[in-house]
Amino acid sequence: MSAPKRLGRLERPALMGVLVREIINFASFWRSSTFSATVEPTVYLLAFGFGFGSLVSTVGGYDYVEYVGTGTVATAVLFSSAFPAMFGTFVKYKFQRTYDAILAAPVDTEELVTAEVLWLSVRAGTYGCAPMLVAIVFGLDPSWGMLLVPFIAMIAGFGWACFGTTISAIVNSIDNFNYITSAVLTPLFLVAGTFFPIDGLPQWAQVIAQINPLYHLVELVRHAVFGFEPGADLIHLGVLVFFALLMWRLAIHFMEKRLIA
Amino acid sequence: MPALRLRGVVKRFGNLTAVDHLDLEVPEGTCVGLLGPNGAGKSTTMRLLTAQAIPDEGEIEILGLPLPQRSKEARALCGVVPQLDNLDVTLTVEENLRVFAYLYRVPRNDRKAAVERALQIANLTDRADTKVDKLSGGMRRRLLIARGLVHQPQLILLDEPTVGLDPQVRQELWALIDRLRSEGVSILMSTHYIEEAERLADTVTIMSHGQAVATGTPRDLITEHAGHEAVEVYGPPAKLHEVEQEAKAAGYATRRTGTSISILNANGYEGERRPTNLEDVFVLLTGEEIA
Ligand SMILES: Nc1ncnc2c1ncn2[C@@H]1O[C@H](COP(=O)(O)OP(=O)(O)OP(=O)(O)O)[C@@H](O)[C@H]1O
Ligand SMILES: [Mg+2]
Repeated sequence: MSAPKRLGRLERPALMGVLVREIINFASFWRSSTFSATVEPTVYLLAFGFGFGSLVSTVGGYDYVEYVGTGTVATAVLFSSAFPAMFGTFVKYKFQRTYDAILAAPVDTEELVTAEVLWLSVRAGTYGCAPMLVAIVFGLDPSWGMLLVPFIAMIAGFGWACFGTTISAIVNSIDNFNYITSAVLTPLFLVAGTFFPIDGLPQWAQVIAQINPLYHLVELVRHAVFGFEPGADLIHLGVLVFFALLMWRLAIHFMEKRLIA
Repeated sequence: MPALRLRGVVKRFGNLTAVDHLDLEVPEGTCVGLLGPNGAGKSTTMRLLTAQAIPDEGEIEILGLPLPQRSKEARALCGVVPQLDNLDVTLTVEENLRVFAYLYRVPRNDRKAAVERALQIANLTDRADTKVDKLSGGMRRRLLIARGLVHQPQLILLDEPTVGLDPQVRQELWALIDRLRSEGVSILMSTHYIEEAERLADTVTIMSHGQAVATGTPRDLITEHAGHEAVEVYGPPAKLHEVEQEAKAAGYATRRTGTSISILNANGYEGERRPTNLEDVFVLLTGEEIA
């Protein structure tokens, strides 16, 4: 027998192994998850776009349907990354012990977490486009910049999937997700400039918006669709990348604490 | 080089010492049984071997690789069968095996054959497309074991492989484990079934409260701790108590069974004789009753 070769970090075969499991699994439930990931933001789009749109015709210089159609991309990204990461991770380490089985194989926690969030971010990149496509049907003009939206959504989805993983590694009961949803995700979701511009909000809410990755996602998506503002957009992108990297390391750290005794 | 070696390994959970200065060795190509009552530290020992738990003290080496530094390479060479079923219930039998062929890096061209072989080992070839949650308990166990063998590991870690199975399925699994050993695979198997250890293990380590209290071949352990013969006395509790006190006073080791008392190492003791067995040793050393 030859000496086994030394294995490094973040190896492709390890990431592949975890991804293959997700892909096979997805083949059996893609219908339901695609349904909820696309229908939910569409409902928001229609309710706000037409309900509110009948009161206000333009917001910040955009048609209201265009405004909401681009804004709800962020909603779709959040719904298809943070939530599946929170619930999915918890179920997989606590109830199904899937992660126990995977970590007995030549896969490290870092690889496990990375592969799981990569998969979620690809899904978020795809599902994130759904509201924009629906908005096109309702009058949003297609533009070249839209081709960048899946990638922007993917970066943000990576960060939010890592956020969800971190939360699920920290909580002790699935009920605790309610606190996070009510106290963190819902407020951030509302001060992101999705449905109304943040400049009408009180000063403190505007400050929160500046550190809210969802706000930067909304802005960047809108600019990709309607035209970039290079200086501002570099900051928006920088925030998203920073958020993704920070959350990635946190997710790995807390999952290691949770999975390795 | 032994397949596996632990030296002075300690693992604490807060105030509880789950593994307490454990020395353990699995010579290559042998089957070592880790026999111990509930809570003895068997599963914790298994988790230390996959670096899913990190020891507080001591050294662990698997196939010459020091843990936890080289644990990933070690894991690639080990097959693990956990005590608690962690199959993917939403996937089919074949999909479960395929995922593990990827996780264990079976080369692309061998993957299909590896899955086929594992299906045969599990005797589930005709159930390949059945979802795991539709399988019987025995089938799930067989799949769990076959999953750990998909990459033809050199060392297998079996944590209570036959717990909760009916006698016939257990016999089948014993035959499988026996066959693997005869093919040269090294095996560490935890169990609290005496018969399982007696049947399969070349050497047995009896574990109690995290410590190895005795190690040897089943035969040697019996001779050393229980002698060749035991005298078994039946009677009402008061009588048994009296006999126990007498035997102890005379320097004999004893063990209680539900309705009787056994005097071990019974040379020179009057009464009905029977050969000693590993159960006598287990009860004597761990203080546990066999249900
Ligand atoms: N992650 C953990 N945190 C705290 N205590 C633990 C943990 N894992 C195990 N223990 C404790 O360590 C001791 C040994 O447990 P272990 O599971 O290793 O026993 P075992 O020999 O496998 O028992 P069984 O036959 O019941 O499976 C027990 O007291 C258990 O409660
Ligand atoms: Mg156990």
